[in-house]
Amino acid sequence: MKALELLNIRKSYGDDLVISDLNLSLDKHQVKVLIGASGSGKSTLLRCINLLEEIDDGQIFLAGEDISEFGVSPDLVRASIGSVFQAFNLFPHLTVLQNITLAPRLVHGFSKEEAENEAQHLLARFGLSDKANQYPDLLSGGQQQRVAILRAIICKPKLLLLDEVTSALDPVLIAEVLALISELKNDGMTMLIATHEMGFARKVADEVLFLKNGEVLESGTPAQMLEDPQHLALKNFLFALEQAGRL
Amino acid sequence: MAVSPHEPYQASPLRLQREASRAQASRRSTAIALVSTFAVGAVVVLVVTGAKGFQLVRQSFFSWHYAVHSFPSVLSGIWLNLRVMLVAEIFVLIFGLLLALARTSKSPVLYPARLFATIYTDIFRGLPLLLVLLLVGFGIPGLQISWIPNSAVLLGTVSLILTYSAYVAEVIRAGIEAVNPAQRMAARALGLTQAQTQRHVVLPQALRKVTPPLLNDLVSLQKDSGLISVLGAIDAIRAAGIETAQSFNFTPYLVAGAIFVALTIPLTRFTDWLTRKQDRARQQQGRW
Repeated sequence: MKALELLNIRKSYGDDLVISDLNLSLDKHQVKVLIGASGSGKSTLLRCINLLEEIDDGQIFLAGEDISEFGVSPDLVRASIGSVFQAFNLFPHLTVLQNITLAPRLVHGFSKEEAENEAQHLLARFGLSDKANQYPDLLSGGQQQRVAILRAIICKPKLLLLDEVTSALDPVLIAEVLALISELKNDGMTMLIATHEMGFARKVADEVLFLKNGEVLESGTPAQMLEDPQHLALKNFLFALEQAGRL
Repeated sequence: MAVSPHEPYQASPLRLQREASRAQASRRSTAIALVSTFAVGAVVVLVVTGAKGFQLVRQSFFSWHYAVHSFPSVLSGIWLNLRVMLVAEIFVLIFGLLLALARTSKSPVLYPARLFATIYTDIFRGLPLLLVLLLVGFGIPGLQISWIPNSAVLLGTVSLILTYSAYVAEVIRAGIEAVNPAQRMAARALGLTQAQTQRHVVLPQALRKVTPPLLNDLVSLQKDSGLISVLGAIDAIRAAGIETAQSFNFTPYLVAGAIFVALTIPLTRFTDWLTRKQDRARQQQGRW
């Protein structure tokens, strides 16, 4: 059984077709990385999977269950999918600990104590224990994003969606966030990642998918994709990244 | 010029010179402010005391004798205002919050509530408070429904609540709409329901944003509690009116006014303090 399976997904905003007939599947413990220029549909695809966007057509299976069916509760689906965004989106009025324990307590029925123990455990593992009682505004961007990731994984989601989580950070902070994600891969987390960090893609991806105009134009192992691109569009994309010094 | 970290820091002549000019500029500003304040003050005093009716006005508005004489009864009137303020403030906050939630809701089930809240705030924000007082205070008793009490105090308080709930609802609504939509999205992505998102993520941030304007409305409500006197409730204004009617001296009104100002000052200072604190937090962190 696939952890995630997308069949012929289609999504448009008005006349603007953002995703067309897209197929994608993800095994348990597998990590796939989406690359492609801005506007290629990466973010929209991730938002369709956790039902923040409604798809026009196609089917989405999460651990064998059709979550695109009419009448499925989006709240229940989202409770089993972790999502992390480019802008962190921590809750500024809550401390780090409160941010992380909010969903476990409200959605998953943990007691305050259970949730806090689990959160402290995670914070300690990733070197953030001293930040537990601070407010997000006092943290660096890298720390905020790491807290956002812990907030997304504390309830052991079936799938973790990462949407350009390092795009708002400087190189030093990017490194600490990527190190955390690599650890999650070692834990066996199933992940779908949209990123512009090719070095990172090479390191964590089991498969890289190149999106163009809402379609998977080319896919393969990181080595194949980065060293032996087939399509002109992918070659151009990689060339542009190289010119920008980001390959 | 390279500075060794081991040598103790010594201010450069450049810095000393800058600080000296800054100190001089600041002394000059203080001097100008003093002179202009005295000049304006002197003109005001001269114009007022030189006016033809000055002695008459002084006697009828600023009579120490009548101030002392009327103080006890005005003070006992203010006790009523205080109770009215407190009760009205509590209900206004509750109803204002409910109206704001109804107006910002998106659920189709709540469409009637949204419609009601919209019409309600439209009407009561535009209707003069005096008119609401008269309609409620004289209109409702006129209906002669036996189980509705005719108390002027009660109906006056209801009028205040009706009017101010509309103002407060609009302030809270502005706060809710000022919360970054990404916050709502992040909460929903964690699996929180619409209601949980509202309660734990949106409202706490919204109320924090609008606390100063909210307190401002409460100050205004405190002051307007004096208007219930038009219904005959013996509050501070009414008590002053009774004193005035006996002596034909208006000083009691000024006494009542002074007490109202004294009552609202703590809240206005608190509002100022809170606003400054929030501004500082924003400047330091610059992220929201």
